[in-house]
Amino acid sequence: MKTKSRDLIWGLIFGIAFGFLLQKGGVTSYDVIIGQLLLKDHTVLKIIFTAVVVGMLGIHLMRRLGWVDFKVKPGSWGKNAIGGLIFGVGFALLGYCPGTIAGAIGNGQLDALIGGLPGILLGSWLLATIYPKIRNGILAKGDFGDLTLPKLLKVNEWLVIIPLSIILVGIMLLL
Amino acid sequence: MMSWITETRWSPYVVGAAIGVLSWLTLLISNKPIGCSTTFARGAGMLEKIFRGKRVDQKLYYQEVPPIVDWQFMLVIGIVIGALISALLSGSFRFQVVPDTWFAAFGANRILRIIAGFIGGIFLGFGSRWADGCTSGHGISGTMQLAVSSWISAICFFIGGILAAFFLFSLIA
Repeated sequence: MKTKSRDLIWGLIFGIAFGFLLQKGGVTSYDVIIGQLLLKDHTVLKIIFTAVVVGMLGIHLMRRLGWVDFKVKPGSWGKNAIGGLIFGVGFALLGYCPGTIAGAIGNGQLDALIGGLPGILLGSWLLATIYPKIRNGILAKGDFGDLTLPKLLKVNEWLVIIPLSIILVGIMLLL
Repeated sequence: MMSWITETRWSPYVVGAAIGVLSWLTLLISNKPIGCSTTFARGAGMLEKIFRGKRVDQKLYYQEVPPIVDWQFMLVIGIVIGALISALLSGSFRFQVVPDTWFAAFGANRILRIIAGFIGGIFLGFGSRWADGCTSGHGISGTMQLAVSSWISAICFFIGGILAAFFLFSLIA
Protein backbone atom coordinates (compact mmCIF):
# COMPACT_ATOMS: atom_id res chain seq x y z
CA MET A 1 0.00 0.00 0.00
CA LYS A 2 1.21 3.51 -0.75
CA THR A 3 2.61 5.45 2.21
CA LYS A 4 0.02 8.20 1.75
CA SER A 5 -3.05 6.00 1.99
CA ARG A 6 -1.49 3.97 4.82
CA ASP A 7 -1.04 7.24 6.67
CA LEU A 8 -4.71 8.16 6.15
CA ILE A 9 -5.93 4.74 7.28
CA TRP A 10 -3.90 5.00 10.49
CA GLY A 11 -5.43 8.46 11.04
CA LEU A 12 -8.89 6.93 10.75
CA ILE A 13 -8.04 4.04 13.09
CA PHE A 14 -6.58 6.36 15.73
CA GLY A 15 -9.61 8.65 15.34
CA ILE A 16 -12.05 5.78 15.92
CA ALA A 17 -10.16 4.84 19.09
CA PHE A 18 -10.05 8.46 20.25
CA GLY A 19 -13.76 9.04 19.56
CA PHE A 20 -14.67 5.79 21.34
CA LEU A 21 -12.69 6.91 24.40
CA LEU A 22 -14.11 10.45 24.40
CA GLN A 23 -17.66 9.05 24.31
CA LYS A 24 -16.95 6.50 27.05
CA GLY A 25 -15.41 9.29 29.12
CA GLY A 26 -18.60 11.34 28.80
CA VAL A 27 -16.88 14.37 27.28
CA THR A 28 -18.91 14.25 24.08
CA SER A 29 -21.71 15.53 26.31
CA TYR A 30 -22.47 19.26 26.62
CA ASP A 31 -23.56 18.74 30.22
CA VAL A 32 -20.19 17.27 31.25
CA ILE A 33 -18.17 20.03 29.55
CA ILE A 34 -20.31 22.86 30.95
CA GLY A 35 -20.20 21.10 34.33
CA GLN A 36 -16.42 21.43 34.17
CA LEU A 37 -16.44 25.09 33.14
CA LEU A 38 -18.89 25.81 36.00
CA LEU A 39 -16.51 23.86 38.29
CA LYS A 40 -19.23 21.39 39.32
CA ASP A 41 -17.96 18.23 37.61
CA HIS A 42 -14.22 17.66 37.10
CA THR A 43 -14.44 14.80 34.58
CA VAL A 44 -12.75 16.85 31.83
CA LEU A 45 -9.75 17.77 33.99
CA LYS A 46 -9.39 14.22 35.30
CA ILE A 47 -9.23 12.87 31.74
CA ILE A 48 -6.82 15.56 30.51
CA PHE A 49 -4.51 15.34 33.53
CA THR A 50 -4.35 11.52 33.41
CA ALA A 51 -3.71 11.60 29.66
CA VAL A 52 -0.97 14.20 30.09
CA VAL A 53 0.80 12.30 32.90
CA VAL A 54 0.66 8.90 31.13
CA GLY A 55 1.43 10.44 27.74
CA MET A 56 4.27 12.61 29.06
CA LEU A 57 6.09 9.75 30.79
CA GLY A 58 5.81 7.53 27.70
CA ILE A 59 6.75 9.98 24.96
CA HIS A 60 9.75 11.37 26.83
CA LEU A 61 11.00 7.86 27.50
CA MET A 62 10.48 6.93 23.84
CA ARG A 63 12.33 10.05 22.76
CA ARG A 64 15.20 9.15 25.09
CA LEU A 65 15.32 5.77 23.32
CA GLY A 66 15.35 7.53 19.95
CA TRP A 67 11.99 6.09 18.85
CA VAL A 68 10.04 9.33 18.34
CA ASP A 69 10.53 13.01 17.49
CA PHE A 70 8.57 15.79 19.15
CA LYS A 71 6.43 18.35 17.33
CA VAL A 72 6.62 21.35 19.65
CA LYS A 73 4.46 24.19 18.32
CA PRO A 74 6.19 27.56 18.26
CA GLY A 75 4.20 30.31 19.94
CA SER A 76 3.89 33.82 21.29
CA TRP A 77 1.86 35.61 23.95
CA GLY A 78 -0.17 37.36 21.24
CA LYS A 79 -0.98 34.05 19.59
CA ASN A 80 -1.53 31.66 22.50
CA ALA A 81 -2.91 33.89 25.27
CA ILE A 82 -5.31 35.94 23.13
CA GLY A 83 -6.29 32.99 20.91
CA GLY A 84 -6.77 30.86 24.01
CA LEU A 85 -9.15 33.35 25.62
CA ILE A 86 -11.20 33.73 22.41
CA PHE A 87 -11.35 29.94 22.22
CA GLY A 88 -12.58 29.84 25.83
CA VAL A 89 -15.58 32.06 25.04
CA GLY A 90 -16.55 29.72 22.22
CA PHE A 91 -15.92 26.67 24.43
CA ALA A 92 -18.47 27.98 26.98
CA LEU A 93 -21.10 29.10 24.43
CA LEU A 94 -20.96 25.96 22.32
CA GLY A 95 -20.10 23.48 25.08
CA TYR A 96 -17.88 21.36 22.83
CA CYS A 97 -14.33 21.76 21.55
CA PRO A 98 -13.12 20.88 18.02
CA GLY A 99 -12.45 17.24 18.97
CA THR A 100 -15.42 16.59 21.21
CA ILE A 101 -17.85 18.20 18.73
CA ALA A 102 -16.98 15.43 16.28
CA GLY A 103 -17.78 12.94 19.05
CA ALA A 104 -20.98 14.82 19.94
CA ILE A 105 -22.12 14.54 16.31
CA GLY A 106 -21.48 10.78 16.46
CA ASN A 107 -23.55 10.73 19.65
CA GLY A 108 -26.52 12.32 17.84
CA GLN A 109 -26.20 15.92 19.08
CA LEU A 110 -27.95 18.08 16.48
CA ASP A 111 -26.91 21.39 18.11
CA ALA A 112 -23.33 20.28 17.37
CA LEU A 113 -24.10 19.29 13.77
CA ILE A 114 -26.42 22.16 12.76
CA GLY A 115 -25.09 24.98 15.00
CA GLY A 116 -21.54 24.34 16.13
CA LEU A 117 -20.02 22.73 13.03
CA PRO A 118 -20.94 25.50 10.54
CA GLY A 119 -19.82 28.03 13.18
CA ILE A 120 -16.38 26.46 13.57
CA LEU A 121 -15.94 26.31 9.80
CA LEU A 122 -16.93 29.99 9.49
CA GLY A 123 -14.68 31.05 12.39
CA SER A 124 -11.71 29.14 10.95
CA TRP A 125 -12.37 30.69 7.54
CA LEU A 126 -12.50 34.19 9.05
CA LEU A 127 -9.12 33.73 10.73
CA ALA A 128 -7.63 32.29 7.52
CA THR A 129 -8.94 35.33 5.65
CA ILE A 130 -7.54 37.99 8.02
CA TYR A 131 -4.34 35.98 8.60
CA PRO A 132 -2.07 38.13 6.35
CA LYS A 133 -3.07 41.22 8.40
CA ILE A 134 -2.19 39.74 11.81
CA ARG A 135 0.60 37.28 11.00
CA ASN A 136 3.49 39.65 11.59
CA GLY A 137 1.57 41.89 13.99
CA ILE A 138 -0.35 40.64 16.97
CA LEU A 139 0.41 36.95 16.32
CA ALA A 140 4.14 37.72 16.59
CA LYS A 141 3.86 39.80 19.80
CA GLY A 142 5.96 38.29 22.59
CA ASP A 143 7.31 35.51 20.38
CA PHE A 144 9.19 32.74 22.18
CA GLY A 145 9.52 30.17 19.39
CA ASP A 146 9.46 26.46 20.18
CA LEU A 147 10.36 26.97 23.84
CA THR A 148 9.73 24.10 26.27
CA LEU A 149 9.48 24.20 30.06
CA PRO A 150 12.84 22.39 30.62
CA LYS A 151 14.56 24.88 28.25
CA LEU A 152 12.85 27.81 29.98
CA LEU A 153 13.92 26.58 33.44
CA LYS A 154 17.30 25.37 32.12
CA VAL A 155 16.95 21.97 33.81
CA ASN A 156 16.94 18.32 32.77
CA GLU A 157 13.51 17.37 31.38
CA TRP A 158 12.94 14.75 34.12
CA LEU A 159 13.25 17.49 36.73
CA VAL A 160 10.10 18.94 35.16
CA ILE A 161 8.32 15.69 34.29
CA ILE A 162 8.49 14.06 37.73
CA PRO A 163 7.40 17.08 39.87
CA LEU A 164 4.72 18.00 37.31
CA SER A 165 3.32 14.45 37.34
CA ILE A 166 3.16 14.56 41.15
CA ILE A 167 1.41 17.95 41.08
CA LEU A 168 -1.16 16.81 38.49
CA VAL A 169 -1.88 13.59 40.40
CA GLY A 170 -2.10 15.62 43.63
CA ILE A 171 -4.66 18.01 42.11
CA MET A 172 -6.71 15.04 40.86
CA LEU A 173 -6.76 13.53 44.36
CA LEU A 174 -8.15 16.82 45.70
CA LEU A 175 -10.81 17.26 42.97
CA MET B 1 -17.04 -10.85 30.07
CA MET B 2 -17.25 -8.05 27.52
CA SER B 3 -19.68 -5.97 29.57
CA TRP B 4 -17.14 -3.14 29.88
CA ILE B 5 -17.61 -2.41 26.19
CA THR B 6 -21.36 -1.81 26.59
CA GLU B 7 -21.05 0.34 29.70
CA THR B 8 -22.28 3.93 29.32
CA ARG B 9 -19.36 5.53 31.14
CA TRP B 10 -15.83 4.54 31.99
CA SER B 11 -13.76 5.98 34.81
CA PRO B 12 -12.12 9.25 33.66
CA TYR B 13 -8.79 7.84 34.84
CA VAL B 14 -9.13 4.77 32.59
CA VAL B 15 -10.14 6.96 29.64
CA GLY B 16 -7.34 9.45 30.34
CA ALA B 17 -4.70 6.72 30.64
CA ALA B 18 -5.90 5.13 27.38
CA ILE B 19 -5.71 8.52 25.61
CA GLY B 20 -2.18 8.86 27.01
CA VAL B 21 -1.22 5.50 25.51
CA LEU B 22 -2.94 6.49 22.24
CA SER B 23 -0.64 9.57 22.16
CA TRP B 24 2.40 7.27 22.35
CA LEU B 25 1.08 5.24 19.42
CA THR B 26 0.22 8.17 17.10
CA LEU B 27 3.70 9.59 17.61
CA LEU B 28 5.35 6.18 17.18
CA ILE B 29 3.35 4.90 14.20
CA SER B 30 2.24 8.06 12.38
CA ASN B 31 4.90 10.50 13.61
CA LYS B 32 2.06 12.89 14.54
CA PRO B 33 0.57 14.17 17.80
CA ILE B 34 -3.23 14.06 18.26
CA GLY B 35 -4.91 17.32 17.20
CA CYS B 36 -8.23 18.37 15.67
CA SER B 37 -8.74 22.05 14.91
CA THR B 38 -6.52 22.39 11.80
CA THR B 39 -8.99 20.07 10.09
CA PHE B 40 -11.77 22.67 10.33
CA ALA B 41 -9.54 25.28 8.67
CA ARG B 42 -8.76 22.80 5.89
CA GLY B 43 -12.47 22.00 5.60
CA ALA B 44 -13.36 25.70 5.35
CA GLY B 45 -10.77 26.06 2.58
CA MET B 46 -12.31 23.13 0.69
CA LEU B 47 -15.75 24.75 0.93
CA GLU B 48 -14.35 28.09 -0.24
CA LYS B 49 -12.80 26.29 -3.22
CA ILE B 50 -16.26 25.20 -4.34
CA PHE B 51 -17.16 28.88 -4.78
CA ARG B 52 -13.85 30.51 -5.66
CA GLY B 53 -11.86 27.69 -7.24
CA LYS B 54 -8.08 27.61 -7.38
CA ARG B 55 -7.70 31.23 -6.21
CA VAL B 56 -8.12 29.87 -2.66
CA ASP B 57 -4.73 28.13 -2.86
CA GLN B 58 -3.12 31.56 -3.22
CA LYS B 59 -4.37 32.74 0.17
CA LEU B 60 -1.40 32.98 2.53
CA TYR B 61 -3.10 30.85 5.18
CA TYR B 62 -3.85 28.03 2.74
CA GLN B 63 -0.30 28.10 1.43
CA GLU B 64 0.76 27.24 4.99
CA VAL B 65 -2.24 24.96 5.69
CA PRO B 66 -3.35 23.44 2.34
CA PRO B 67 -7.07 22.57 2.06
CA ILE B 68 -6.55 18.83 1.66
CA VAL B 69 -7.59 15.62 3.42
CA ASP B 70 -4.64 14.60 5.60
CA TRP B 71 -3.95 12.30 8.56
CA GLN B 72 -5.65 14.63 11.06
CA PHE B 73 -8.70 15.08 8.80
CA MET B 74 -9.16 11.29 8.87
CA LEU B 75 -8.65 11.35 12.65
CA VAL B 76 -11.57 13.78 13.06
CA ILE B 77 -13.81 11.63 10.81
CA GLY B 78 -12.71 8.66 12.92
CA ILE B 79 -13.83 10.45 16.09
CA VAL B 80 -17.40 10.69 14.73
CA ILE B 81 -17.38 6.95 13.92
CA GLY B 82 -15.74 5.92 17.21
CA ALA B 83 -18.18 7.95 19.30
CA LEU B 84 -21.10 6.54 17.29
CA ILE B 85 -19.90 2.96 17.88
CA SER B 86 -19.45 3.60 21.61
CA ALA B 87 -22.88 5.26 21.90
CA LEU B 88 -24.62 2.46 19.98
CA LEU B 89 -22.92 -0.28 22.03
CA SER B 90 -24.03 1.30 25.30
CA GLY B 91 -27.47 2.32 24.03
CA SER B 92 -26.74 5.98 24.81
CA PHE B 93 -27.15 7.17 21.21
CA ARG B 94 -30.01 9.64 20.81
CA PHE B 95 -30.85 12.64 18.68
CA GLN B 96 -30.94 15.76 20.82
CA VAL B 97 -30.97 19.49 20.05
CA VAL B 98 -31.19 21.07 23.51
CA PRO B 99 -28.86 19.51 26.14
CA ASP B 100 -30.24 19.11 29.68
CA THR B 101 -28.09 21.79 31.35
CA TRP B 102 -28.95 24.30 28.63
CA PHE B 103 -32.65 23.38 28.95
CA ALA B 104 -32.58 23.99 32.73
CA ALA B 105 -31.05 27.45 32.30
CA PHE B 106 -32.42 28.77 29.02
CA GLY B 107 -35.48 26.66 28.21
CA ALA B 108 -36.58 24.42 25.36
CA ASN B 109 -36.16 26.85 22.45
CA ARG B 110 -34.24 24.86 19.82
CA ILE B 111 -33.46 27.84 17.59
CA LEU B 112 -31.90 29.72 20.53
CA ARG B 113 -29.64 26.76 21.31
CA ILE B 114 -28.59 26.35 17.66
CA ILE B 115 -27.82 30.08 17.31
CA ALA B 116 -25.76 30.05 20.53
CA GLY B 117 -23.92 26.96 19.27
CA PHE B 118 -23.28 28.65 15.93
CA ILE B 119 -21.89 31.83 17.55
CA GLY B 120 -19.87 29.73 20.00
CA GLY B 121 -18.53 27.75 17.04
CA ILE B 122 -17.37 30.96 15.33
CA PHE B 123 -15.39 31.95 18.45
CA LEU B 124 -14.06 28.41 18.79
CA GLY B 125 -12.91 28.11 15.18
CA PHE B 126 -11.47 31.62 15.14
CA GLY B 127 -9.75 31.21 18.53
CA SER B 128 -8.32 27.77 17.81
CA ARG B 129 -6.76 28.94 14.57
CA TRP B 130 -5.54 32.15 16.26
CA ALA B 131 -3.87 30.07 18.98
CA ASP B 132 -2.76 27.39 16.48
CA GLY B 133 -4.37 24.53 18.38
CA CYS B 134 -7.26 23.31 20.51
CA THR B 135 -7.98 21.24 23.62
CA SER B 136 -6.39 18.17 22.01
CA GLY B 137 -3.47 19.67 20.04
CA HIS B 138 -2.40 22.09 22.77
CA GLY B 139 -4.31 20.80 25.81
CA ILE B 140 -3.19 17.17 25.60
CA SER B 141 -0.46 16.68 22.96
CA GLY B 142 1.38 19.98 23.43
CA THR B 143 1.32 20.08 27.23
CA MET B 144 2.75 16.53 27.43
CA GLN B 145 5.62 17.66 25.19
CA LEU B 146 6.10 20.47 27.75
CA ALA B 147 5.65 23.14 25.06
CA VAL B 148 5.33 26.62 26.55
CA SER B 149 2.94 27.64 23.71
CA SER B 150 0.61 24.78 24.67
CA TRP B 151 0.65 25.42 28.43
CA ILE B 152 -0.25 29.08 27.89
CA SER B 153 -3.00 28.13 25.40
CA ALA B 154 -4.47 25.37 27.56
CA ILE B 155 -4.59 27.58 30.67
CA CYS B 156 -6.22 30.39 28.64
CA PHE B 157 -8.81 27.98 27.13
CA PHE B 158 -10.00 27.23 30.65
CA ILE B 159 -9.69 30.79 32.05
CA GLY B 160 -11.76 32.08 29.11
CA GLY B 161 -14.15 29.14 29.29
CA ILE B 162 -14.75 29.35 33.05
CA LEU B 163 -15.28 33.14 32.98
CA ALA B 164 -17.64 32.93 30.00
CA ALA B 165 -19.57 29.99 31.48
CA PHE B 166 -20.06 31.76 34.82
CA PHE B 167 -21.13 34.93 33.00
CA LEU B 168 -23.58 32.95 30.87
CA PHE B 169 -25.07 30.80 33.62
CA SER B 170 -24.96 33.23 36.58
CA LEU B 171 -25.74 36.57 35.00
CA ILE B 172 -27.85 35.76 31.94
CA ALA B 173 -29.71 32.53 32.79
